[in-house]
Amino acid sequence: MLRYLYADQLQDRPGLAHAMYVDRADQFKTRLGWDVTVNADGEERDEYDALNPLYILWEKADGGHGGSMRLLPTTGPCMINDHFSELTDGVRIESPLIWECTRFCLARDAEPKTAGALMLAGSEVLRGFGIEYLVGVFDARMVRIYRMIGSSPEVIGTKGTGRDRISVGLWSFGEDTHRTMAERAGIPVATSKLWFEQAFGGTHPADLAASA
Amino acid sequence: MGKIERRDVLLGELQRAQELEALSAAIFDLRDHFRVDHMVYHWVNAEGDQYGCYTYSEDWVQRYNEQDYVRIDPVILGCFQRFHPVDWKRLDWSGKVARDFMAEAMTHGVGNQGFSVPIRGPNGQFALFTVNHTCSDDEWCRFTQENRRDLILIAHEFNERALAINPDADPKPMRPLSPREVDAMTFLALGYSRAQVAEMLAISEHTLRVYIESARAKLGALNTTHAVARALSHGLIVV
Repeated sequence: MLRYLYADQLQDRPGLAHAMYVDRADQFKTRLGWDVTVNADGEERDEYDALNPLYILWEKADGGHGGSMRLLPTTGPCMINDHFSELTDGVRIESPLIWECTRFCLARDAEPKTAGALMLAGSEVLRGFGIEYLVGVFDARMVRIYRMIGSSPEVIGTKGTGRDRISVGLWSFGEDTHRTMAERAGIPVATSKLWFEQAFGGTHPADLAASA
Repeated sequence: MGKIERRDVLLGELQRAQELEALSAAIFDLRDHFRVDHMVYHWVNAEGDQYGCYTYSEDWVQRYNEQDYVRIDPVILGCFQRFHPVDWKRLDWSGKVARDFMAEAMTHGVGNQGFSVPIRGPNGQFALFTVNHTCSDDEWCRFTQENRRDLILIAHEFNERALAINPDADPKPMRPLSPREVDAMTFLALGYSRAQVAEMLAISEHTLRVYIESARAKLGALNTTHAVARALSHGLIVV
Protein backbone atom coordinates (compact mmCIF):
# COMPACT_ATOMS: atom_id res chain seq x y z
CA MET A 1 0.00 0.00 0.00
CA LEU A 2 0.99 3.62 -0.37
CA ARG A 3 2.43 5.32 2.69
CA TYR A 4 2.79 9.04 3.16
CA LEU A 5 5.31 9.73 5.90
CA TYR A 6 7.29 12.77 6.90
CA ALA A 7 10.87 11.95 7.93
CA ASP A 8 10.01 12.29 11.63
CA GLN A 9 7.19 9.75 11.16
CA LEU A 10 9.44 7.43 9.18
CA GLN A 11 11.60 7.13 12.29
CA ASP A 12 8.78 5.11 13.81
CA ARG A 13 9.21 2.57 11.00
CA PRO A 14 12.97 1.91 11.24
CA GLY A 15 12.84 -1.25 9.09
CA LEU A 16 11.01 0.42 6.25
CA ALA A 17 13.18 3.55 6.48
CA HIS A 18 16.42 1.56 6.39
CA ALA A 19 15.18 -0.48 3.42
CA MET A 20 14.36 2.71 1.53
CA TYR A 21 17.80 4.24 2.10
CA VAL A 22 19.50 0.96 1.16
CA ASP A 23 17.43 0.64 -2.03
CA ARG A 24 18.35 4.21 -2.86
CA ALA A 25 22.04 3.35 -2.47
CA ASP A 26 21.50 0.33 -4.73
CA GLN A 27 19.72 2.35 -7.39
CA PHE A 28 21.67 5.60 -7.43
CA LYS A 29 25.17 4.43 -6.50
CA THR A 30 25.41 0.80 -7.63
CA ARG A 31 23.17 0.76 -10.71
CA LEU A 32 23.33 4.34 -11.97
CA GLY A 33 26.79 5.26 -10.69
CA TRP A 34 25.70 8.67 -9.40
CA ASP A 35 28.01 10.62 -7.13
CA VAL A 36 25.97 10.05 -3.96
CA THR A 37 27.10 9.37 -0.41
CA VAL A 38 26.47 5.96 1.12
CA ASN A 39 27.02 5.60 4.88
CA ALA A 40 28.45 2.70 6.89
CA ASP A 41 24.98 1.13 7.14
CA GLY A 42 24.75 1.01 3.36
CA GLU A 43 22.20 3.85 3.25
CA GLU A 44 22.14 6.68 0.74
CA ARG A 45 21.17 9.91 2.46
CA ASP A 46 21.76 13.54 1.63
CA GLU A 47 21.23 16.91 3.30
CA TYR A 48 17.65 17.14 2.00
CA ASP A 49 16.65 14.07 4.01
CA ALA A 50 17.53 16.16 7.06
CA LEU A 51 14.89 18.79 6.16
CA ASN A 52 11.99 16.60 7.25
CA PRO A 53 10.70 15.97 3.72
CA LEU A 54 7.50 14.10 2.98
CA TYR A 55 8.18 10.61 1.62
CA ILE A 56 5.79 8.57 -0.43
CA LEU A 57 6.56 4.87 -0.15
CA TRP A 58 5.15 1.71 -1.64
CA GLU A 59 5.05 -0.79 1.21
CA LYS A 60 4.93 -4.35 -0.02
CA ALA A 61 2.53 -6.90 1.46
CA ASP A 62 5.39 -8.30 3.58
CA GLY A 63 6.18 -4.83 4.96
CA GLY A 64 9.21 -4.37 2.73
CA HIS A 65 10.12 -1.32 0.65
CA GLY A 66 8.99 -1.48 -2.99
CA GLY A 67 9.77 2.08 -4.05
CA SER A 68 9.66 5.64 -2.88
CA MET A 69 10.07 9.31 -3.65
CA ARG A 70 10.69 12.46 -1.66
CA LEU A 71 8.76 15.73 -1.66
CA LEU A 72 9.87 19.20 -0.53
CA PRO A 73 8.37 22.65 -1.03
CA THR A 74 10.25 24.78 -3.57
CA THR A 75 9.96 27.80 -1.25
CA GLY A 76 12.76 26.32 0.88
CA PRO A 77 16.08 24.63 0.12
CA CYS A 78 15.61 22.00 -2.58
CA MET A 79 17.72 20.25 -5.19
CA ILE A 80 16.23 21.83 -8.26
CA ASN A 81 17.16 25.36 -7.21
CA ASP A 82 20.38 24.46 -5.40
CA HIS A 83 21.85 22.28 -8.16
CA PHE A 84 19.94 22.35 -11.42
CA SER A 85 19.18 25.99 -12.21
CA GLU A 86 21.27 25.79 -15.39
CA LEU A 87 18.67 23.38 -16.76
CA THR A 88 15.92 25.99 -16.49
CA ASP A 89 17.71 28.94 -18.05
CA GLY A 90 18.50 30.20 -14.58
CA VAL A 91 14.84 30.44 -13.59
CA ARG A 92 14.48 29.51 -9.93
CA ILE A 93 11.35 27.45 -9.62
CA GLU A 94 10.05 28.78 -6.35
CA SER A 95 6.36 28.85 -5.53
CA PRO A 96 4.05 27.72 -2.75
CA LEU A 97 2.11 25.95 -5.52
CA ILE A 98 5.05 23.86 -6.79
CA TRP A 99 6.66 21.02 -4.84
CA GLU A 100 9.83 19.21 -5.75
CA CYS A 101 9.91 15.45 -6.21
CA THR A 102 13.33 13.74 -5.99
CA ARG A 103 14.97 10.37 -5.26
CA PHE A 104 12.37 8.44 -7.26
CA CYS A 105 13.52 4.93 -6.44
CA LEU A 106 12.38 1.39 -7.21
CA ALA A 107 13.61 -1.68 -5.33
CA ARG A 108 15.26 -4.34 -7.49
CA ASP A 109 12.41 -6.72 -6.84
CA ALA A 110 9.67 -4.10 -7.13
CA GLU A 111 6.44 -5.21 -8.77
CA PRO A 112 5.89 -3.59 -12.16
CA LYS A 113 3.02 -1.48 -10.87
CA THR A 114 5.12 0.25 -8.21
CA ALA A 115 6.27 3.20 -10.30
CA GLY A 116 2.71 3.94 -11.36
CA ALA A 117 1.47 3.69 -7.79
CA LEU A 118 4.03 6.28 -6.67
CA MET A 119 3.03 8.75 -9.37
CA LEU A 120 -0.63 8.18 -8.51
CA ALA A 121 0.28 9.19 -4.96
CA GLY A 122 1.93 12.31 -6.37
CA SER A 123 -1.37 13.13 -8.01
CA GLU A 124 -3.22 12.59 -4.70
CA VAL A 125 -0.87 15.06 -3.04
CA LEU A 126 -1.52 17.72 -5.68
CA ARG A 127 -5.29 17.42 -5.53
CA GLY A 128 -5.38 16.91 -1.76
CA PHE A 129 -3.31 19.96 -0.88
CA GLY A 130 -4.12 22.37 -3.70
CA ILE A 131 -0.63 22.21 -5.22
CA GLU A 132 -0.45 22.84 -8.98
CA TYR A 133 2.78 21.13 -10.04
CA LEU A 134 5.43 18.67 -9.04
CA VAL A 135 8.85 19.44 -10.45
CA GLY A 136 11.61 16.87 -10.67
CA VAL A 137 14.94 16.03 -12.23
CA PHE A 138 15.19 12.71 -14.03
CA ASP A 139 17.53 10.81 -16.32
CA ALA A 140 17.00 9.26 -19.73
CA ARG A 141 15.94 5.85 -18.47
CA MET A 142 12.96 7.36 -16.61
CA VAL A 143 11.41 8.77 -19.78
CA ARG A 144 10.23 5.33 -20.83
CA ILE A 145 9.00 4.46 -17.33
CA TYR A 146 6.97 7.63 -17.03
CA ARG A 147 5.42 7.02 -20.44
CA MET A 148 4.54 3.48 -19.47
CA ILE A 149 2.69 4.52 -16.33
CA GLY A 150 0.80 7.23 -18.18
CA SER A 151 2.38 10.25 -16.51
CA SER A 152 4.92 11.72 -18.88
CA PRO A 153 6.20 15.02 -17.55
CA GLU A 154 6.42 18.23 -19.47
CA VAL A 155 10.15 18.64 -20.02
CA ILE A 156 11.23 22.22 -19.36
CA GLY A 157 14.97 21.84 -19.61
CA THR A 158 17.57 19.28 -20.63
CA LYS A 159 21.33 18.79 -20.44
CA GLY A 160 23.62 16.12 -21.89
CA THR A 161 22.94 13.38 -24.42
CA GLY A 162 22.22 9.67 -24.54
CA ARG A 163 22.39 7.91 -21.20
CA ASP A 164 23.81 11.01 -19.51
CA ARG A 165 20.89 13.16 -20.54
CA ILE A 166 19.12 14.68 -17.55
CA SER A 167 15.99 16.77 -17.66
CA VAL A 168 13.80 18.92 -15.48
CA GLY A 169 10.17 17.94 -15.80
CA LEU A 170 6.85 19.09 -14.51
CA TRP A 171 3.84 17.07 -13.60
CA SER A 172 0.27 18.18 -13.23
CA PHE A 173 -2.41 15.56 -13.36
CA GLY A 174 -5.90 16.03 -14.68
CA GLU A 175 -8.84 13.82 -13.83
CA ASP A 176 -8.21 11.60 -16.87
CA THR A 177 -4.53 11.10 -16.13
CA HIS A 178 -5.36 10.31 -12.52
CA ARG A 179 -7.77 7.58 -13.59
CA THR A 180 -5.35 6.19 -16.18
CA MET A 181 -2.55 5.99 -13.63
CA ALA A 182 -4.81 4.28 -11.12
CA GLU A 183 -5.91 1.76 -13.72
CA ARG A 184 -2.38 0.95 -14.83
CA ALA A 185 -1.23 0.69 -11.21
CA GLY A 186 -4.12 -1.66 -10.48
CA ILE A 187 -5.33 0.50 -7.61
CA PRO A 188 -8.98 1.58 -7.43
CA VAL A 189 -9.30 5.38 -7.34
CA ALA A 190 -11.28 5.14 -4.08
CA THR A 191 -8.58 3.01 -2.42
CA SER A 192 -5.86 5.45 -3.35
CA LYS A 193 -7.93 8.30 -1.93
CA LEU A 194 -8.55 6.34 1.26
CA TRP A 195 -4.82 5.71 1.80
CA PHE A 196 -4.20 9.43 1.38
CA GLU A 197 -7.03 10.40 3.73
CA GLN A 198 -5.84 7.95 6.38
CA ALA A 199 -2.30 9.27 6.21
CA PHE A 200 -3.41 12.85 6.76
CA GLY A 201 -5.96 12.34 9.51
CA GLY A 202 -8.70 11.51 7.07
CA THR A 203 -12.41 11.78 7.26
CA HIS A 204 -14.28 9.76 9.82
CA PRO A 205 -16.46 6.84 8.70
CA ALA A 206 -19.52 8.99 9.44
CA ASP A 207 -18.29 11.66 7.01
CA LEU A 208 -17.74 9.05 4.32
CA ALA A 209 -21.24 7.73 4.79
CA ALA A 210 -22.65 11.25 4.55
CA SER A 211 -20.80 12.00 1.33
CA ALA A 212 -21.49 8.63 -0.31
CA MET B 1 -14.56 46.36 -7.27
CA GLY B 2 -14.37 42.66 -8.11
CA LYS B 3 -13.34 40.06 -5.60
CA ILE B 4 -9.99 39.36 -7.21
CA GLU B 5 -9.17 43.06 -7.60
CA ARG B 6 -9.99 43.62 -3.95
CA ARG B 7 -7.70 40.76 -2.98
CA ASP B 8 -4.89 42.29 -4.96
CA VAL B 9 -5.37 45.66 -3.26
CA LEU B 10 -5.26 43.94 0.14
CA LEU B 11 -2.15 42.04 -0.85
CA GLY B 12 -0.54 45.31 -1.92
CA GLU B 13 -1.30 46.79 1.52
CA LEU B 14 0.24 43.76 3.12
CA GLN B 15 3.39 44.04 1.04
CA ARG B 16 3.80 47.71 1.93
CA ALA B 17 3.52 47.03 5.67
CA GLN B 18 6.59 48.37 7.44
CA GLU B 19 5.84 47.33 10.99
CA LEU B 20 3.76 44.85 12.93
CA GLU B 21 0.90 47.33 13.39
CA ALA B 22 0.43 47.54 9.63
CA LEU B 23 0.47 43.75 9.35
CA SER B 24 -2.19 43.63 12.07
CA ALA B 25 -4.33 46.09 10.14
CA ALA B 26 -3.90 43.99 7.01
CA ILE B 27 -5.11 40.86 8.76
CA PHE B 28 -8.34 42.57 9.85
CA ASP B 29 -8.96 43.77 6.29
CA LEU B 30 -8.32 40.29 4.92
CA ARG B 31 -10.57 38.74 7.55
CA ASP B 32 -13.39 41.09 6.57
CA HIS B 33 -12.84 40.45 2.90
CA PHE B 34 -13.04 36.67 3.25
CA ARG B 35 -16.05 37.08 5.58
CA VAL B 36 -14.70 34.72 8.20
CA ASP B 37 -14.62 34.98 11.99
CA HIS B 38 -10.85 35.11 12.38
CA MET B 39 -7.46 35.13 10.73
CA VAL B 40 -4.20 34.51 12.51
CA TYR B 41 -0.60 34.72 11.49
CA HIS B 42 1.52 32.98 14.12
CA TRP B 43 5.29 32.70 14.03
CA VAL B 44 7.46 30.48 16.18
CA ASN B 45 11.23 30.54 15.76
CA ALA B 46 13.76 27.84 16.63
CA GLU B 47 14.16 29.33 20.14
CA GLY B 48 10.41 29.06 20.76
CA ASP B 49 9.80 32.82 20.64
CA GLN B 50 6.37 33.74 19.37
CA TYR B 51 5.21 36.66 17.30
CA GLY B 52 2.17 37.31 15.24
CA CYS B 53 -0.99 39.15 14.46
CA TYR B 54 -4.52 38.05 14.81
CA THR B 55 -8.16 39.00 14.98
CA TYR B 56 -8.78 36.86 18.08
CA SER B 57 -9.82 38.71 21.25
CA GLU B 58 -6.99 40.03 23.43
CA ASP B 59 -8.47 38.01 26.31
CA TRP B 60 -8.00 34.78 24.42
CA VAL B 61 -4.48 35.58 23.29
CA GLN B 62 -3.48 36.58 26.80
CA ARG B 63 -5.00 33.40 28.20
CA TYR B 64 -3.28 31.33 25.48
CA ASN B 65 0.10 32.82 26.34
CA GLU B 66 -0.37 32.63 30.13
CA GLN B 67 -1.32 28.96 29.92
CA ASP B 68 1.42 28.26 27.36
CA TYR B 69 -1.22 26.59 25.18
CA VAL B 70 1.27 26.51 22.32
CA ARG B 71 2.45 23.24 23.92
CA ILE B 72 -0.95 21.53 23.65
CA ASP B 73 -2.72 23.33 20.81
CA PRO B 74 -3.56 20.51 18.32
CA VAL B 75 -3.21 22.99 15.45
CA ILE B 76 0.39 23.79 16.40
CA LEU B 77 1.22 20.16 17.20
CA GLY B 78 -0.32 18.95 13.94
CA CYS B 79 1.33 21.55 11.71
CA PHE B 80 4.78 21.93 13.22
CA GLN B 81 7.43 20.28 10.99
CA ARG B 82 4.83 19.90 8.20
CA PHE B 83 4.35 21.81 4.98
CA HIS B 84 0.93 20.73 3.74
CA PRO B 85 -2.20 22.81 4.45
CA VAL B 86 -4.46 21.30 7.07
CA ASP B 87 -8.18 21.37 7.73
CA TRP B 88 -8.70 21.35 11.48
CA LYS B 89 -11.09 18.42 11.18
CA ARG B 90 -8.09 16.28 10.26
CA LEU B 91 -6.18 17.06 13.44
CA ASP B 92 -6.16 14.93 16.54
CA TRP B 93 -8.82 16.29 18.91
CA SER B 94 -9.37 12.96 20.62
CA GLY B 95 -7.69 13.69 23.96
CA LYS B 96 -9.39 15.42 26.86
CA VAL B 97 -6.73 18.16 26.94
CA ALA B 98 -7.38 18.99 23.27
CA ARG B 99 -11.17 18.95 23.67
CA ASP B 100 -11.05 21.15 26.77
CA PHE B 101 -8.74 23.54 24.96
CA MET B 102 -11.15 23.82 22.03
CA ALA B 103 -14.15 24.25 24.33
CA GLU B 104 -12.39 27.09 26.10
CA ALA B 105 -11.31 28.66 22.81
CA MET B 106 -14.91 28.67 21.62
CA THR B 107 -16.05 30.57 24.73
CA HIS B 108 -13.63 33.28 23.51
CA GLY B 109 -15.23 33.42 20.08
CA VAL B 110 -12.98 30.98 18.21
CA GLY B 111 -15.02 29.20 15.55
CA ASN B 112 -15.44 25.47 15.11
CA GLN B 113 -13.81 25.34 11.66
CA GLY B 114 -10.23 26.05 10.73
CA PHE B 115 -7.80 25.85 7.86
CA SER B 116 -4.09 26.32 8.55
CA VAL B 117 -1.16 26.74 6.21
CA PRO B 118 2.23 25.86 7.72
CA ILE B 119 5.21 27.74 6.34
CA ARG B 120 8.87 26.87 6.63
CA GLY B 121 11.09 29.89 6.70
CA PRO B 122 14.87 30.21 6.88
CA ASN B 123 16.91 28.96 9.87
CA GLY B 124 14.22 26.86 11.48
CA GLN B 125 11.61 29.60 11.43
CA PHE B 126 8.11 28.19 11.44
CA ALA B 127 4.90 30.10 10.83
CA LEU B 128 1.28 29.23 10.60
CA PHE B 129 -1.44 31.14 8.82
CA THR B 130 -4.94 30.24 9.93
CA VAL B 131 -8.46 31.03 8.85
CA ASN B 132 -11.13 30.31 11.43
CA HIS B 133 -14.88 30.35 11.13
CA THR B 134 -18.19 29.15 12.55
CA CYS B 135 -20.24 27.13 10.06
CA SER B 136 -21.26 23.65 9.01
CA ASP B 137 -18.82 21.12 7.56
CA ASP B 138 -20.41 21.43 4.12
CA GLU B 139 -20.13 25.22 4.07
CA TRP B 140 -16.53 25.02 5.25
CA CYS B 141 -15.65 22.45 2.62
CA ARG B 142 -17.03 24.75 -0.09
CA PHE B 143 -15.18 27.75 1.33
CA THR B 144 -11.80 26.01 1.53
CA GLN B 145 -12.13 24.44 -1.92
CA GLU B 146 -12.93 27.83 -3.41
CA ASN B 147 -10.29 29.85 -1.55
CA ARG B 148 -7.51 27.40 -0.83
CA ARG B 149 -5.17 28.62 -3.52
CA ASP B 150 -5.41 32.30 -2.58
CA LEU B 151 -5.08 31.48 1.12
CA ILE B 152 -1.89 29.52 0.51
CA LEU B 153 -0.45 32.44 -1.47
CA ILE B 154 -1.52 35.02 1.12
CA ALA B 155 -0.01 32.87 3.89
CA HIS B 156 3.37 32.93 2.18
CA GLU B 157 3.16 36.67 1.50
CA PHE B 158 2.45 37.23 5.18
CA ASN B 159 5.54 35.32 6.11
CA GLU B 160 7.72 37.13 3.58
CA ARG B 161 6.55 40.42 5.04
CA ALA B 162 6.99 39.31 8.64
CA LEU B 163 10.53 38.17 7.85
CA ALA B 164 11.30 41.51 6.21
CA ILE B 165 9.98 43.45 9.21
CA ASN B 166 11.48 41.36 11.98
CA PRO B 167 14.92 42.72 12.90
CA ASP B 168 16.09 39.31 14.13
CA ALA B 169 15.19 37.53 10.95
CA ASP B 170 17.34 37.08 7.93
CA PRO B 171 15.09 38.28 5.13
CA LYS B 172 15.48 37.09 1.59
CA PRO B 173 16.21 39.99 -0.72
CA MET B 174 13.68 40.65 -3.51
CA ARG B 175 14.76 38.24 -6.19
CA PRO B 176 15.18 39.78 -9.61
CA LEU B 177 13.36 38.22 -12.54
CA SER B 178 15.50 35.94 -14.68
CA PRO B 179 15.91 36.84 -18.37
CA ARG B 180 13.36 34.18 -19.38
CA GLU B 181 10.84 35.53 -16.88
CA VAL B 182 11.42 39.08 -18.11
CA ASP B 183 10.80 37.91 -21.68
CA ALA B 184 7.61 36.10 -20.74
CA MET B 185 6.20 38.99 -18.70
CA THR B 186 7.15 41.55 -21.34
CA PHE B 187 5.33 39.73 -24.13
CA LEU B 188 2.29 39.24 -21.89
CA ALA B 189 2.34 42.95 -21.06
CA LEU B 190 2.34 43.67 -24.78
CA GLY B 191 -0.91 41.77 -25.02
CA TYR B 192 0.21 38.56 -26.68
CA SER B 193 -1.63 35.38 -25.79
CA ARG B 194 0.11 32.59 -23.89
CA ALA B 195 0.22 30.49 -27.03
CA GLN B 196 1.88 33.31 -28.97
CA VAL B 197 4.39 34.00 -26.19
CA ALA B 198 5.29 30.31 -25.94
CA GLU B 199 5.85 30.21 -29.68
CA MET B 200 7.98 33.34 -29.70
CA LEU B 201 10.14 32.00 -26.87
CA ALA B 202 10.25 28.55 -28.48
CA ILE B 203 9.01 26.83 -25.32
CA SER B 204 5.90 24.81 -24.54
CA GLU B 205 2.89 26.48 -22.92
CA HIS B 206 3.54 24.37 -19.82
CA THR B 207 7.05 25.70 -19.52
CA LEU B 208 5.71 29.19 -20.02
CA ARG B 209 3.20 28.61 -17.24
CA VAL B 210 6.02 27.72 -14.89
CA TYR B 211 8.04 30.81 -15.85
CA ILE B 212 4.94 32.91 -15.23
CA GLU B 213 4.29 31.12 -11.95
CA SER B 214 7.83 31.71 -10.68
CA ALA B 215 7.61 35.37 -11.73
CA ARG B 216 4.21 35.68 -10.04
CA ALA B 217 5.65 34.24 -6.82
CA LYS B 218 8.58 36.66 -6.89
CA LEU B 219 6.27 39.60 -7.52
CA GLY B 220 3.84 38.54 -4.81
CA ALA B 221 0.77 38.79 -7.03
CA LEU B 222 -2.31 36.60 -6.95
CA ASN B 223 -2.62 36.12 -10.68
CA THR B 224 -0.86 36.79 -13.95
CA THR B 225 -2.57 40.09 -14.72
CA HIS B 226 -1.47 41.55 -11.43
CA ALA B 227 1.98 40.06 -11.77
CA VAL B 228 2.38 41.87 -15.11
CA ALA B 229 1.07 45.11 -13.59
CA ARG B 230 3.47 44.80 -10.69
CA ALA B 231 6.45 44.03 -12.92
CA LEU B 232 5.64 47.17 -14.92
CA SER B 233 5.18 49.38 -11.88
CA HIS B 234 8.45 48.14 -10.32
CA GLY B 235 10.25 48.84 -13.58
CA LEU B 236 11.26 45.19 -13.89
CA ILE B 237 9.93 45.10 -17.43
CA VAL B 238 9.63 47.92 -19.93
CA VAL B 239 7.20 47.93 -22.83
